[in-house]
Amino acid sequence: MAASTVGVIFSSINDEYVPELTRVRSIGSVPYGGRYRLVDFPLSNMVNAGITTVGVITRNNYQSLMDHLGSGKYWDLARKDGGLILLPPYSDESETLYKNRLEALKSCTSFLRKSNADYVVLADANAVYKLDYSKIIDYHIKNNADITLAYHEHVFDGRAYMTFRTDTDERINEIEVDTAADYERKNYIGVMVFRRSHLLSIIQNAIKCGYKSLSRDVLIRELPNLRIYGYKYEGFYADISSLSAYFKANMALLDCKIRNEIYGARDIYTKVNDSPPAKICDTGKIKNSLISDGCLIEGTVENCVLFRGVKVGKGTVVRNCVIMSETEIGENCTLSYVVCDKETSISDGIILAGIESQPYFIHKGTNI
Amino acid sequence: MLNKKECVAMLLAGGQGSRLFALTSNIAKPAVSFGAKYRIIDFTLSNCINSGIDTVGVLTQYQPLVLNEYVGNGQPWDLDRTFGGVHILSPYEAKTDTSWYKGTANAIYQNIRFMKNYDPEYVLILSGDHIYKMDYDKMLEAHKAAGADCTIACMEVPMSEAPRFGILNTNPDGTIYEFEEKPAKPKSNLASMGIYIFTASKLFKYLELDNEDPKSEKDFGKNVLPAMLNAGEKMLSYRFQGYWKDVGTITSLMEGNMDLLGLEPNFELHDNDRVIHSRSPLAPPAFIGGDVVNSIVANGDEIYGKVLNSVVGTNCVVEEGAEVIDSVLMGNITVKKGAKVFYSIIDEEVVIGENAQIGETKEKACKVEGKTAGISVLGRGIKVKAGGKVAAGDIVDKDVL
Repeated sequence: MAASTVGVIFSSINDEYVPELTRVRSIGSVPYGGRYRLVDFPLSNMVNAGITTVGVITRNNYQSLMDHLGSGKYWDLARKDGGLILLPPYSDESETLYKNRLEALKSCTSFLRKSNADYVVLADANAVYKLDYSKIIDYHIKNNADITLAYHEHVFDGRAYMTFRTDTDERINEIEVDTAADYERKNYIGVMVFRRSHLLSIIQNAIKCGYKSLSRDVLIRELPNLRIYGYKYEGFYADISSLSAYFKANMALLDCKIRNEIYGARDIYTKVNDSPPAKICDTGKIKNSLISDGCLIEGTVENCVLFRGVKVGKGTVVRNCVIMSETEIGENCTLSYVVCDKETSISDGIILAGIESQPYFIHKGTNI
Repeated sequence: MLNKKECVAMLLAGGQGSRLFALTSNIAKPAVSFGAKYRIIDFTLSNCINSGIDTVGVLTQYQPLVLNEYVGNGQPWDLDRTFGGVHILSPYEAKTDTSWYKGTANAIYQNIRFMKNYDPEYVLILSGDHIYKMDYDKMLEAHKAAGADCTIACMEVPMSEAPRFGILNTNPDGTIYEFEEKPAKPKSNLASMGIYIFTASKLFKYLELDNEDPKSEKDFGKNVLPAMLNAGEKMLSYRFQGYWKDVGTITSLMEGNMDLLGLEPNFELHDNDRVIHSRSPLAPPAFIGGDVVNSIVANGDEIYGKVLNSVVGTNCVVEEGAEVIDSVLMGNITVKKGAKVFYSIIDEEVVIGENAQIGETKEKACKVEGKTAGISVLGRGIKVKAGGKVAAGDIVDKDVL
């Protein structure tokens, strides 16, 4: 159980990394791993750490996110006291649509003021990981830190929003932003901890001084004056920073060890749909794949992640693909290295192929 | 007025289900798992909400713990309502007459005050142990159109099976002139499905009369319906066409599950118009590494072995070299390396040890005589040791060590 903490999730920061998937939704509501959305990871991490007041900051295209989160009951966050609170843009102090974390925070100061929690966890929603936030908060308290940033030493994909170096006791002494991820450096993974009062004063100061960027104007500028610490996270971390990274992150779940780490404890929560169980017919053949409820398999499926309600017709072979929900693939098709967004339909006899580093992408609702 | 409900449903879920043997040792029949991710009661509750009925009393008595927790506040069926919604009604202590539910009619009688709360015009009586999809609203329309006092849903069954049912003998206009409970020589094959719509005032009247009758067995089929018929009330039959199955025996439970398999199954769960809702457990998609043919798998499964003609419930593990054939695995079951499961129904939380063998192949098992016609049954939480054996047709309620 974390010390009294309130959570804030940026559901729409880094949307631009995967324009294919975020054209119709924010990054937080990008479907992942058969039945989840990316926002489920920070949200479940918070709930599992005993954080029961969570604000989700939205920007644009948040219809699908709202539909997913609803009242928050699936995360046990439908509460009278606290619970899940959607924070739409254009609230509070902001007159324009925010562009970055600091501007986004300006628009939720009243949410932060209203809380009486001691600490705030800020989390992005573009990664798959299981981090016990109560540990990073304890670590933050133990170090008497002003700000704590979680980092990973491994690089999942080429990009990093922020990297840094620390001295031997993990106090950060150098920060770079918008750089290539680097094995030599510590790669920020989108989780920050503040004292709530401190964060509020940072936001006030930013409004006064016209600061725009949390990393440049606060972290880098104030580095000499603040105690900023790094917190090392060693578990599985998949940054969804491109379509190929998205593909790779899904495929990672076919590895038994990673699947157990992420799903084994059954504590990643998500919206529940009442699809019937998956059905594999006489002609169906499945190898090394994740198959969700509602699937109907008459063809061959190998090394795939199939979301809810996917139909694979007779004679069709689907290999190394990520197929999102309610997609219908006809008979005698061949698909390989395809990422198929929701509700698409592929006619009989179609052959589609991408390559691992550049999967072929099919937009939501397309008929081929 | 929000609190007034045109039709209130009362769902009888207190039955012991003794013909399911080990499967109902600790849970009520409506709470028994069905179709990989459902419990039997899901079908009736879903029918209610899909028919626009949002006030349901669930009458429990026998082993209600799992059932109560499962139904909970009714949220999975959209029955968590400020007005109405689902209510668990268990027997209670009263100032004068405290008793268990003594029969179907008595159970409803004891909850007259619950029904009257909603001031209903009609009351729908249901039982929680049947698998079917039905629009009760259509039945209610028929009841209203005919100005009936009681409407009984019925369907044609093979004449040979008719003696097992309550049989309705009807006039050409569908009204009932005779009601025979399990007749030796049935005059028709129109069987009552145990689904009744009553005009509320009539129901309350005849329940009160029935309660005062010391000779009554307090049963709808045996007492209340005949009494209404004798008094000249208008009794209507409502013919249901479609799939309906009483899964109250081991063989029928097996058949019911098998009816879900195939491209054109006898009972279709993929139905966007009449979704069967359930308290879906939180589990990731199924991982399939082995061979799965003509089967149903639920979320949370990890299958490395072989699964053929089977229904595999949520969070089951079938390890490498293990085989599950012609069987029903209810949920949270582990079938360890090399173990074989043939023609069996395995209840939740069972662990089958390495190289154990449960049952015999269907061809062989079918020839075994006994209560379950060759189907092996393992009760909840049973552990079978490595190399352990369970014979065809055995019902196991103790660990096999």
